[in-house]
Amino acid sequence: MSEREAIRMDGIDKSFGSVRANRGASLEVLPGEIHALVGENGAGKSTLMRMLGGLMKPDAGRIEVNGRDVTGWSTAEAIDGGIGIVHQHFMLVPTLSVAENLVLGCEPKTGGVVLDHKRAADDVRKLSSETGLVIEPERLISDLSVGEAQRVEILKVLFRGARILVLDEPTAVLSPPEVRELWAVLRRLRDKGDTIVLITHRLDEVVEISSTITVMRAGQTVARVKTSETTPAEIARLMVGREVSLSAGKRVQPSGRTGSQPNQGLEVRSLSVIGSRGIRVIDDVSFSVNPGEILGIAGVEGNGQTELIEALAGLRPTFAGEILIDGLEITHRSVAQRHDAGLSHIPEDRHRRGLILEYTIANNLILGVQKYFSTNGVIDRDRVKENAARAITSFDIRPPNALLAARALSGGNQQKVVVAREMGRGFSVLLASQPTRGVDVGAIEFIHQQLLNARAQGKAILLVSAELNEVLALSDRIAVMYRGKFATVMPSAEASEDVLGEYMIGTKKGTAATESMVGANKGRAS
Amino acid sequence: MSASSLPGEAKPTFAAAPWRERAEEALIPPLVALLVALICGDLLILSYGQSPAAVYRLLLEGTWGNAYGFGQVLYKATTLAFTGLAVSFGLRAGLFNIGGESQLAAGGFAAALMGLALPIGTSLIFALPLCMIAAGLAGGVVGSVPAYLKTRFGAHEVIVTIMLNFIVLALLNWFIAGHLHVPETLHTPEIHAGVLPRLADIDTRFHGSAANLALIVAVLVATAVWFFLFRTRGGYDLRAVGLQPQAAEYGGISVRRVWMRALTFSGVIAGMGGINYVLGYKHYYEDGFASGAGFLGIAVALVGRNHPFGVIVAAFFFATLSQGGLAIHAFVPKQMMDVLQGVVIIAVATAVPEVRRILRGARKRSDA
Repeated sequence: MSEREAIRMDGIDKSFGSVRANRGASLEVLPGEIHALVGENGAGKSTLMRMLGGLMKPDAGRIEVNGRDVTGWSTAEAIDGGIGIVHQHFMLVPTLSVAENLVLGCEPKTGGVVLDHKRAADDVRKLSSETGLVIEPERLISDLSVGEAQRVEILKVLFRGARILVLDEPTAVLSPPEVRELWAVLRRLRDKGDTIVLITHRLDEVVEISSTITVMRAGQTVARVKTSETTPAEIARLMVGREVSLSAGKRVQPSGRTGSQPNQGLEVRSLSVIGSRGIRVIDDVSFSVNPGEILGIAGVEGNGQTELIEALAGLRPTFAGEILIDGLEITHRSVAQRHDAGLSHIPEDRHRRGLILEYTIANNLILGVQKYFSTNGVIDRDRVKENAARAITSFDIRPPNALLAARALSGGNQQKVVVAREMGRGFSVLLASQPTRGVDVGAIEFIHQQLLNARAQGKAILLVSAELNEVLALSDRIAVMYRGKFATVMPSAEASEDVLGEYMIGTKKGTAATESMVGANKGRAS
Repeated sequence: MSASSLPGEAKPTFAAAPWRERAEEALIPPLVALLVALICGDLLILSYGQSPAAVYRLLLEGTWGNAYGFGQVLYKATTLAFTGLAVSFGLRAGLFNIGGESQLAAGGFAAALMGLALPIGTSLIFALPLCMIAAGLAGGVVGSVPAYLKTRFGAHEVIVTIMLNFIVLALLNWFIAGHLHVPETLHTPEIHAGVLPRLADIDTRFHGSAANLALIVAVLVATAVWFFLFRTRGGYDLRAVGLQPQAAEYGGISVRRVWMRALTFSGVIAGMGGINYVLGYKHYYEDGFASGAGFLGIAVALVGRNHPFGVIVAAFFFATLSQGGLAIHAFVPKQMMDVLQGVVIIAVATAVPEVRRILRGARKRSDA
């Protein structure tokens, strides 16, 4: 490289307990370029950027910014050094105005005491017009839309003099027009000479906006390529690491039991769910999953997938509509009653929901089915042990000590505990939400095989995953969620990353999007 | 981790962490806290111009060193064991019951009423369970109020239990002062039945001390609490809710129902503590008998690390400090023991991880 890099990270190691988030990771970013940092969830992108921003220190390796060795610097030094990180989760004070948020920590004051509101607002307006990030300085953060709040976040780091911007999954929460605006802003900043690092796992974005791509996998940097010299397919292969063995069990013929009886499996009719902000996050969605079938749901995160699964699992109230399991209406039943009706659920967040981290493996393996492991209210410890021994053997949970706290396990083994529990009980419908998120490669294949086995046994499976590859490899039919609705439902034979991608970002709206048509059995692979 | 791709090799084991490791983990933080407290105690004693060694010797002689003092320690530990168990039971479900004061008082009051209502000469076999049921019910009723308000309206249990202390104690005071007192006093007449045998009845050396059968009851209650928490499905659910309410909810456990039961039952345990004073010591209910014991129960629960048997040990420890304060009064003010208690609590709160977690959890919930 003839030019001096704006960022140069080399041989970065970082471990959290037994988890090695980065191992010898490297990153080289030229000044004035938009650089995409891509990789699957848990590949170590965010960790790498946190070290750049001074939020944590590397165990080994060297970090240079503009040729200066800054390894292990603090957040304050990083800000002084011109690094600005726009986090995925906004860090703004909702009760203050845009201008007040921007000047927080370096407020202009009259007489050294009173905040000079006018000057603050003027400063913001000036920066706004320079960058194209238009926003009224007087508005309250709590009144802003998500896209506007993100603009404020970007303004905030620019206001503090950042010349190297790191954006962590900035489009996960944006609508397509907002995404286009963001791209325009980023190009403008680049043309001004700023350097931009974009963390993402959306391949269409990468191709559209970046000039160079660094691919990370399992904590390591596996490739650094010019965007013009690669293809989305190649990036995908680099991200996943092999000729996507995901497709190992793909598209086996539908098992004989598929749709043998009517009313079996999962049926959802005109479901609406109100989200935490009072908006309809699920808007009149209807679909069914038949026994022996996997319905995959793809979509940009935050389009209602989480709420859909929570509503089906009984963890979030239903606003309107009906949910049926094997013909039994369970719309307003409790979680426990849904279990009894035959529902099993691998939750997307195993640390928050799926496991009680302080409990032993054995005790976690009975969460949700504890009543079957007790006699007259007393836990039957022999049966708990027996159950644990069986699950540990058949799911190869390591270390195989049933009395170890779940906290002590690696992510992959924690997930195996969850999967073993949810698939080890009697069920007819399985909700599998991000079943392989943050799980090591060996475990991913194993979990996929389990899902396919359950499908072969005639279980109805609803699979939600942020990994398109996973959805494509496992599903019989694929639905794309966009803004709380199914944008399309198609047989997976007709689906591809490109086709799904268009529905995911809302540029294409399928016929299926005309709500009621997504009714039972519509669009099923036959 | 990466070796995990060879299936069938894992041989399930059931190896609990080595005994020594667990003991160290359980004991070291409280012992460090104790050490810090002792050093602070030394400095305080020195500031009074006294010799720490002499004062500590006196403290030990006045508590563990003679039968009467030891008996008094046992007596005081009994009440603290009940209130400590009550607080720890709530904390296991993630709830902070600060209402031990009023639950204990209500329990004592109810035990006295039952003792008065029973015919003279009722056998203890009947009288003790009946009085305990009355005491537990009264404590449980007081505990159920914050439980209901929390599960129904989301009212924070800390606020409600604190406020309820004032209301319940004032009501009891009104009952006693207005209706039930023996003239010129603030206590009820002596109970007719349910008087518990004292340790002094068995061994005369304990003469004068108030230690009584309630101590055995406390140990039995602690054992029952232990069994419930660690051996039953209800305990599994309760601890799950306390550790990770969202995971418990996911596991089909009704968080509200667990909260309702845990806080109510916490009140039941505190209420039963009333028998120690009423049945075991004075044989009447007196206004203000519970003063301080409810609050000290919080410290007992924290130092006892929320484990029923840890609570028993911690109750003895705090009872020793309290009784020791009287023994050393001639040399240093007995309030020094209050200071030491405070130091122990602060040291434990910083040193014990689960206490930090609970405090963090309580803060998070009060933010919401």
